[in-house]
Amino acid sequence: MIKAILIFNNHGKPRLIRFYQYFAEDMQQQIIRETFHLVSKRDDNVCNFLEGGSLIGGSDYKLIYRHYATLYFVFCVDSSESELGILDLIQVFVETLDKCFENVCELDLIFHMDKVHYILQEVVMGGMVLETNMNEITTQVDVQNRMEKSEGGLSAAPARAVSAVKNMNLPEIPRNINIGDINIKVPSLSPF
Amino acid sequence: MSPSVPLQEMIRAIRSARTQCEERGVIQRECAAIRAQFRQSDNGGRSHNLAKLLYVHMLGYPAHFGQMECVRMIASPRYSEKRVGYLGAMMLLDEKQDASLLITNSIKNDLSHSNQYVQSLALCTLACMGSAEMCRDLAPEIDRLLRASNSYIKKKAALCAVHIVRKVHDLGEMFAPAARSLLSEKNHGVLHGAVVLITEDTHIHTHILIFEIMKGLVISGYSPEHDVAGISDPFLQVRILRLLRILGHNNEAASDAMNDLLAQVATNTDSTKTVGNAVLYETVLTVLDIKSESGLRVLAVNILGRFLLNNDRNIRYIAMISLQKIVGTDHNAVQRHRGTIVDCLKDQDASVKRRALDLSLALVSASNIRSMMKELLIFLSSCPLELRSQAASGIFIAAERYAPSQRWHIDTILHVLTTAGGDVRDETVPNLIQLITNASELHCYTVHKLYRALLTDISQQSLVQVACWCIGEYGDLLLRGECQETEPVQVHEDDVLDALETVLQSHMSSPATRGFALTATMKLSTRITDNVDRIRSIVSIYGSCIDVELQQRAVEYNALFKKYDHMRYICFEYAGHCVLFRFRLSALLLCLFFPQVCDLLDLLGGSEETLQPSPAAGGTAPGLPANTASTAGGDLLDLLGGLEPFKLK
Repeated sequence: MIKAILIFNNHGKPRLIRFYQYFAEDMQQQIIRETFHLVSKRDDNVCNFLEGGSLIGGSDYKLIYRHYATLYFVFCVDSSESELGILDLIQVFVETLDKCFENVCELDLIFHMDKVHYILQEVVMGGMVLETNMNEITTQVDVQNRMEKSEGGLSAAPARAVSAVKNMNLPEIPRNINIGDINIKVPSLSPF
Repeated sequence: MSPSVPLQEMIRAIRSARTQCEERGVIQRECAAIRAQFRQSDNGGRSHNLAKLLYVHMLGYPAHFGQMECVRMIASPRYSEKRVGYLGAMMLLDEKQDASLLITNSIKNDLSHSNQYVQSLALCTLACMGSAEMCRDLAPEIDRLLRASNSYIKKKAALCAVHIVRKVHDLGEMFAPAARSLLSEKNHGVLHGAVVLITEDTHIHTHILIFEIMKGLVISGYSPEHDVAGISDPFLQVRILRLLRILGHNNEAASDAMNDLLAQVATNTDSTKTVGNAVLYETVLTVLDIKSESGLRVLAVNILGRFLLNNDRNIRYIAMISLQKIVGTDHNAVQRHRGTIVDCLKDQDASVKRRALDLSLALVSASNIRSMMKELLIFLSSCPLELRSQAASGIFIAAERYAPSQRWHIDTILHVLTTAGGDVRDETVPNLIQLITNASELHCYTVHKLYRALLTDISQQSLVQVACWCIGEYGDLLLRGECQETEPVQVHEDDVLDALETVLQSHMSSPATRGFALTATMKLSTRITDNVDRIRSIVSIYGSCIDVELQQRAVEYNALFKKYDHMRYICFEYAGHCVLFRFRLSALLLCLFFPQVCDLLDLLGGSEETLQPSPAAGGTAPGLPANTASTAGGDLLDLLGGLEPFKLK
């Protein structure tokens, strides 16, 4: 079982924290600090598995981490998970983020923390691996995002207009106008 | 009241704060605004507020006032609000809080919602924080969803069922038929969930179907979407292998059936990439854990051996973990790789070193003790601090079990004490003293070595304690100067007393060490001839020491000098063999002075001491003819008033 997923940057600032076991708030912050302390000491060419974190749980738990540019992705797992499998899972998760955000960088994670959570919910659920197929994950996330946008109502109209313009692709449109059918149907206008 | 600021703007404001104090100010203002907004009944920006609250929570600020808002948002009909509400529930609520009971009804309604994404939100939340009561209430719903038509919902329901089974074990039976039928699904996500459910739920055993799936994957199932670098769905393969391991674990029939399949997976999987290694590794673990045939076991250990030589440290690390698991059962197979494992002790990576240490200690045997110990001692001198005490205690245990000779044993222990004396456990000192006492022919050698070690370094407390004890006990051998096993060196009484005095006065010595040194000084008074006055003066200084233990001891010794000089020899003949002497010696002296105090004998009752003088000490006590010892011994027994002589073994 995955006990916790932590993403923080090279200075220890948390970018995403998800605990699948209950910890009090101050305990959570302490765990983040301790994990950062353990992980930041590591050289880049040593192995990606760490033992010895005492706060998050004792001898059965390992920290499996990957360092990408400015971010550390740390999964805290117990012995029932395959270590190499989790390493691959981190890779899949990062590639999914890349697909969803288009060349993801740290700023995307900072400003869209809720979206990252929703993506993570499609990958890991209740501490267990749910889906590992990138296309499947991105499809589901897209559908859900569209559902949320369509509910926006009036207040979301400006945002929708902006995104519609962005999606418009102006150079393409003249080619698509079809004047083959000369019978243009005049719509019946209702009297005012 | 400021208008509700969307999430991004708040984040920008927090990030632009230059100091921690400014940041706290910004966050407090925002939290106040959010709290005010929560109190208002209906508000267009509710989801924004909760998202902001969750961000603030991630940074470590209190956010518990959002709990009721989460409950309200979950009940809202709008999808965007439900989404944030459920996320908030998963992050802020837990089963111990009362608010979590309030969402049970919402979850129940949402599980039968027409929109599958709402259903999935409810399933996700239940799987994360569902309490036992919630699980019991909602289990029938989950069972219904397991049979539903949509594969997206099915896979989530399967994992939710796993959570339920973990919380309430008996409900596993309810899910058994649905889980079995899930195994014939084509969707890999659903298969994955089904395998996890069957692994967790011991009520189901359907190994035949599992083989079909497994075979399909390896031989012909090339499904491009699930392909990770050329291997078809490694995650699913790994899960299935794990399940096979559980099924075959004490089951001959199942293990036999699996042999061919495992051999096939082991040979067909491409090991040049990490994903291939993950599957191979799982296969190896399965082979080693079930009752597989010997050819397959050899194949598995060979694969592990190949892993050990891999350049990738991750692979080496996990190879050592699995070797550790089988070192008890397949000891010879693992011994073949001892060289590589010992080399890993020198690796730069602390995790690899830790594994290599555990494995090396497990591989020590009577035949390789000398070479292994050499390597382990080299490791001890350069190992990271957190591994030191583990290494030291491991070395002691190994030395005790397989020591080829007593001299080697003592040398090893001394080496460890000099290198890592600060990290050894407390019972090392009495154990070592016991060992030295028993190795009677090595007393001379030992005391010379310890004296030399004491002169070089007095910071390692365990070493200093043992050295003081030895010098006190065998000081006469030290002063005699000759010894068969080391080069002779002339040691004068003054030098020895200087050394002991340095220990007594050094600020590095702990009170226990000072106690050892003082007693040793006192014992020397019976072994040396010229400097008894010097000893007397040292001892009397400590009569006014701040440390109560030392003071008591010094006062007693002074008393011995003044009033009971004739008893001095006896006390320090016999007392030499007290292992936990610090407290026993005082008790002994009190017995001498107050023979009526017989319950003090109980204190000495559990000890291992002998009262027979050691051959060395008895033979060379200066100026004391042998018969005085026995008559004085008679006096001692008389003083104890005819009670049972204690511990005359």
